Amino acid sequence: MLLNIKNLHASINGKEILKGVNLEVNKGEVHAIMGPNGTGKSTLASVIAGREVFDVTEGDILYNGKSLLEMSIDARACEGIFLGFQYPVEIPGVSMTNFMRTAVNEQRKYHGLDPIPSGEFLRMMEEKKKMVEITAKLTNRSVNEGFSGGEKKKNEIFQMAMLNPTLSILDETDSGLDIDALRIVANGVNKLRSPENATVVITHYQRLLDYIVPDFVHVLFEGRIVKSGGKELALELENKGYEWIKESL
Amino acid sequence: MRTENTGFPLSDKLINDFEVYLPDIKRNDTNKTVKLREDAIAEFHKLGLPTQALEDWRNTNLTDVYNESYNHYYQTPEKIDDIDKIFQCNVPHLNTLMLAMLNGWYVSKGNDLTKLSNGVIYGSFAAALKEYPEIIEKHYGKYADITKNGFTAINTALAMDGFFIYIPENVEVKQPIQIVNIIHHEHNICLQTRNLIILEKNSKLTLIHCDDSYNHQKSLSNTVSEIYIGENASFDHYKMQNVNNASTLINSSFFHLERNARICSNGLSLNGGILKNDNYVKMNGEGCETNIYGLYLMDRKQHIDNLVFVEHLYPNCYSNELYKGIMDDNASGVFNGHVIVHKDAQKTNAFQKNKNILLTDKAKVNTKPFLEIYADDVKCSHGATVGQLDTEAMFYIRSRGVSEHNARMLLMYAFTDEVIQKITVEPLRYRVEDMVKKRLRGELSVCDQCVLHCSHPEKEFNFEIDMTKV
Repeated sequence: MLLNIKNLHASINGKEILKGVNLEVNKGEVHAIMGPNGTGKSTLASVIAGREVFDVTEGDILYNGKSLLEMSIDARACEGIFLGFQYPVEIPGVSMTNFMRTAVNEQRKYHGLDPIPSGEFLRMMEEKKKMVEITAKLTNRSVNEGFSGGEKKKNEIFQMAMLNPTLSILDETDSGLDIDALRIVANGVNKLRSPENATVVITHYQRLLDYIVPDFVHVLFEGRIVKSGGKELALELENKGYEWIKESL
Repeated sequence: MRTENTGFPLSDKLINDFEVYLPDIKRNDTNKTVKLREDAIAEFHKLGLPTQALEDWRNTNLTDVYNESYNHYYQTPEKIDDIDKIFQCNVPHLNTLMLAMLNGWYVSKGNDLTKLSNGVIYGSFAAALKEYPEIIEKHYGKYADITKNGFTAINTALAMDGFFIYIPENVEVKQPIQIVNIIHHEHNICLQTRNLIILEKNSKLTLIHCDDSYNHQKSLSNTVSEIYIGENASFDHYKMQNVNNASTLINSSFFHLERNARICSNGLSLNGGILKNDNYVKMNGEGCETNIYGLYLMDRKQHIDNLVFVEHLYPNCYSNELYKGIMDDNASGVFNGHVIVHKDAQKTNAFQKNKNILLTDKAKVNTKPFLEIYADDVKCSHGATVGQLDTEAMFYIRSRGVSEHNARMLLMYAFTDEVIQKITVEPLRYRVEDMVKKRLRGELSVCDQCVLHCSHPEKEFNFEIDMTKV
């Protein structure tokens, strides 16, 4: 099993957000986590990535059988976890090229590999840019600075392609996207799917799941996964709304 | 508020020196310049050395510096034969006309003063005073206001040498001039250096001014520069400061701009015990443009105090200040930005920005961007920030696999980039990029830090620089 979340409780500033999440993800699978606002979807993503503002008070997150809880943010990334941000951060003064080169080389170093040769790196950049239809030159552009909403999300998938993670968690990657950008982003994700990796998609809407078809759909509500099913669950939610879940509890 | 001369050992010594050494000091003077000295010493009697009682010096404490004893020199030092070997700049492809100064005295090989066929004159201020008194008298002491503070007054009273540059009308100097001033003495030393730069109408000059030191010895360097930028003339100025932790640099630059003149001054402070940089800019005509940038990276107990005073006297002038600093350990910093927009200076654009990152809870910055506006049709803004590295950005970078250490490096370097990108002399920019990276990584050896290539680095350069905390 790639990811095994067991009875995860997490809080911020003493306020409990996750109240016993259980989730199992195997290689080759796509999971969608849905749910109304403020139920802990983004918190779950952040806690898996290791964001330090959250305290894990109970439970565990096993990744390839190892607990992530004692692992630093960067070690988790090097182990193959990627978080696609809901709000990608602008970093003026750090060029995309420099950022990616640093990230790729840090991950290679973690695995005992030499830094990537310059030519190879640039070829990889060009190839992955094409995949998410980024036409702009990234060399001189600072990370996310001045990027439109769509460009920022494409840039997240671009980074995912560059880093080739085993577990990708995409936090509301569809928010703020028009239909063309949504298609590009979803195509990117689909191209990166393989039997060797897994994707967890966090979303509000069924719309994204027309493009990225999940094997499993989970509903997160008030800090717990209250319902799981196949892709038809997403359609049902779309039709009946979250009130239906609340009532059934 | 003025304070009475508070009788520090240093002020007593300086006043005494004026009486004892005046015959030596004034030996190159004209009647007019002797008079300036006399007025200045009288002013110094009134002002004394600046203390924290003065608003502009409130957060910079120089008491220890004033209580120290120093050697003072009023004789021209002997020429150094292998000067070219000592003063070699190792910035690759930085093709400059390099002039050397040792402890504030002009020591370049060859003539004390050079006049080129296009009329450009450069060399020793003392020599220029003898040879071109009419040029000097026209500008000298006109822009440096001796009532500003005791340092400017005592400099005017005692200074004997420095560099002199004269660019005639319509001359564009393509090759940057680089002044390297090395502070190096076996004893504590106090210097009074006086520079004068004159750019006549429609002329153009890029000046790179480096202050470096060789050893551990304490020094107090009081430099006053007067810079006249004539109508439609353009002046680019880079000031690099890399001196030891026992060095105190007091730098006062007075820029006087005529109509449509422009200046761009970029101060890069990488190391030094106490650095005080005062820039006074007077825009004395319409259509002037002033850009003043500063970058400072301080650690341990280092202290930096930047003051920028800009006067808008006429309409349609532009001024922009951008200062950024990273403070580590117990370092402290001050920024005082003061823009005055006078009543007639309509359509003024004036901007001030000071941003700081504090890496420890002991590091400290006092910042005061200040606008004083008497005109009603102006566009002005000011702002200051003091903060830590952005935690959101840290998380973002680390979530891609970059270690905490390197994520900090990337962010600190990114922070400095805004100022570094203002450097238009490309080889210098690459070199500064490199030096800043090394400085932030804690890998800056003394040799790297110095822009010079010393003839025997291992023996001379032995002071310890610990930047491992960054």
